[in-house]
Amino acid sequence: MSELTPEQVKNHIKTYVLVFVSLAFLTIVTVGISYLEVSVGMGITLALIVASIKGSLVACYFMHLIDEKVTIYWTLIATVVAFLILIFVPLSAILDHTKI
Amino acid sequence: MDIPYTVKNRPDTGLYNGKLGIWLFLASEVMLFGGLFSAYIFLRTGVESWPSGSEYLDIPLATLNTLFLITSSVTMVMSWASLKLNDFNKFKIYAGITLLLACAFLVIKYFEYSHKFHVGYFPSYNNFLGIYFTMTGLHVLHIIGGIIVIFYFWIPGAKMWESDPERFTNRIEIVGLYWHFVDLVWIFLFPTLYLL
Repeated sequence: MSELTPEQVKNHIKTYVLVFVSLAFLTIVTVGISYLEVSVGMGITLALIVASIKGSLVACYFMHLIDEKVTIYWTLIATVVAFLILIFVPLSAILDHTKI
Repeated sequence: MDIPYTVKNRPDTGLYNGKLGIWLFLASEVMLFGGLFSAYIFLRTGVESWPSGSEYLDIPLATLNTLFLITSSVTMVMSWASLKLNDFNKFKIYAGITLLLACAFLVIKYFEYSHKFHVGYFPSYNNFLGIYFTMTGLHVLHIIGGIIVIFYFWIPGAKMWESDPERFTNRIEIVGLYWHFVDLVWIFLFPTLYLL
């Protein structure tokens, strides 16, 4: 992001404002979902989908991942793989416990 | 001797060193918080019933805190964009607002914690409060760390703008990446602990 022209920066600023409005709206949506009369599983799924959208907006636009160098993408791919293993360790323990 | 590649990109990575450094640091942070999220899943799925966050926690206050953090994220990125446009005064304003919002987050967290301690809800009360205090406490430590670094670049470290503006701008970009990560963690902590 170091070779930006002033015009490009000004365009980015418009994007930042749009992303901010979207994040504020999605925060209200997240709270609204918690008041819906749905099952726990459905509530968790919906809330995590909205949180993932919000997280993606922050990462893509505020952290500029949408136009970053390939070195960073490889670093993050390795991180995501390790993170998923970490998250699925307890889930595998549950499967073992319930003998599915 | 000057430190190499603080402004120019390295030919092999395509990045200046500080940027690759902060991303590697953030990768380790993902694993730190990932371990705690993993512990949360383990605790939650290991019991018959798990309390709803609203039984112990204040959702309106946490929603306000969420709005404070996402606003601070946009002011942080605006402070970097201001430097890119050579507008140092706007940088000072946006960075100052970021600091104010971060402090407001801590003030609300202080009221939340003190209320819980007042009614006897300590981390030892049950597993829910144990993981709540662990995860939000670690997040608060990250907020405090961010405040210290942003404050440094807001007042004493800002002198670098006069001598080496490009390097200073890169430093603010790096601080911003850290700050957005702290916001990102809260985006997942909020529904996980308060709403589910």
